[in-house]
Amino acid sequence: MKPAPFAYHVPSALTEALAVLDELGEEGRVLAGGQSLVPLMNFRLAQPTHLVDINRLDELDYIRRDDGVLAIGARARQSALERSQEARGAAPLLVEAVAQVAHPPVRHRGTVCGSVAHADPAAELPAALLALDAEVVASSRQGERRIPIHEFISGPFTTTLAPGELVREVRVPVSGAGSGYAFAEFSPRHGDFAVSGAAVLLQLEAGRVERASVALCGVAGMPVRAAGAEQSLRGARGSEEELEAAAAAAVEGLTPSADLHGGSAYRRRIARVCVRRAINLAFSRARGGA
Amino acid sequence: MVDRHRIELVVNGETETQEVEPRRLLVDFLREDLGLLGAHIGCEHGVCGTCTVLMNGETIRSCITFAVQADGQEITTVEGLASNGKFHPVQEAFWEKQGLQCGYCTPAMMLRTVEILRENPSPTRDQVREGIASQLCRCTGYQYIIDAVLEAARTMSAGAETDGKVLVKQGAGPSSAEAAAQTQGSGPALEEEAEDASRQKES
Repeated sequence: MKPAPFAYHVPSALTEALAVLDELGEEGRVLAGGQSLVPLMNFRLAQPTHLVDINRLDELDYIRRDDGVLAIGARARQSALERSQEARGAAPLLVEAVAQVAHPPVRHRGTVCGSVAHADPAAELPAALLALDAEVVASSRQGERRIPIHEFISGPFTTTLAPGELVREVRVPVSGAGSGYAFAEFSPRHGDFAVSGAAVLLQLEAGRVERASVALCGVAGMPVRAAGAEQSLRGARGSEEELEAAAAAAVEGLTPSADLHGGSAYRRRIARVCVRRAINLAFSRARGGA
Repeated sequence: MVDRHRIELVVNGETETQEVEPRRLLVDFLREDLGLLGAHIGCEHGVCGTCTVLMNGETIRSCITFAVQADGQEITTVEGLASNGKFHPVQEAFWEKQGLQCGYCTPAMMLRTVEILRENPSPTRDQVREGIASQLCRCTGYQYIIDAVLEAARTMSAGAETDGKVLVKQGAGPSSAEAAAQTQGSGPALEEEAEDASRQKES
């Protein structure tokens, strides 16, 4: 099918974009990479009346590290993140996650901030950013607010972004030396949305886990932190039993919804395996000092 | 009151200026407004990859990109691959190795191949397999396509050694213009022209 008609706005500066979004209020919808929005429009599942295209906002095309934070602008493509040496050093978990998003032709257009704003419960980037305690910078004509990602995403495809606001930047705390990371997912076909996936970040101190972050995608209406697993990993040295216990704790109480790709129990099982693999890899990376 | 936007872009080396409705998909613009039938429509939601074209040298899905977003950009379709009446080495390799059956996925598969080989001129079989995973083929089982990509890698690196010239070598910016300019409209006909000729311009 073809999209329904809409009015098209193509600002060339951020201030202009925010003025247009302010004027449009509820009616305005931001178009960045369009890799999720345009398919929805083709199916007419989304019929926005006004699109504000931010692809000419060169000022938002950046991935840079300053003051212990990796800042990713709204126009930064997913493939730019994948190639960024700076990102690889500062937030390797995020780079490992982005490489598992769809395929290169999609990542060439899709943006990091767009994926966050879209808040697909099965998407990799929101889960990785949740594990990394990232912050979302929402800009509007009135100013700017910083929202922790766990408060930003509020449900399936739902965020706390207000009308007139633009996700201008995502801020990721730089992962410390001695940390181990991994993003592990399973999908029946390479490049498809995963049945589920796990993002893990471990901070070791003298061989023991001092701090663990575990987040999952594809198991609930939004990406979730696995507090039980994080708790169970504290002080762990990475034994088989510890890994098993943490993986089991991660999926406790989860009831993923069934779909074409599998039932609820299957998804839970897959999630558990992904968590275990990710923790295992994160441990070996932390020990390897890489 | 249909809102129309004027766009100017370079397609296969030719500058094109048109007025389009914002909802016009790039693939429909290429096929119906410019008559370039090499970009095909499959799933129309970015999954099958048969609409893949190059924008500024990078593969994109033209069924989930609006034509207005191509304003000021450079697009290469399969019609821009051959030059001076000669196949691009990738086309040559697909011909030689029979890297197709029905041909529906072929234009996009070849454009993706151009990109894969630009990023990695001598990929392994597994790397090719992973590289073309973005493009669905429902006939071949992929084996001959992979053979064709590997063959193109061989001939292109051999060619690069002898004369240092690789066609449609695109970096971040425009560069295929020269190679593509002469062939637009006169390149090798791929398929389904008759079928599509009857579906010209709705607006």
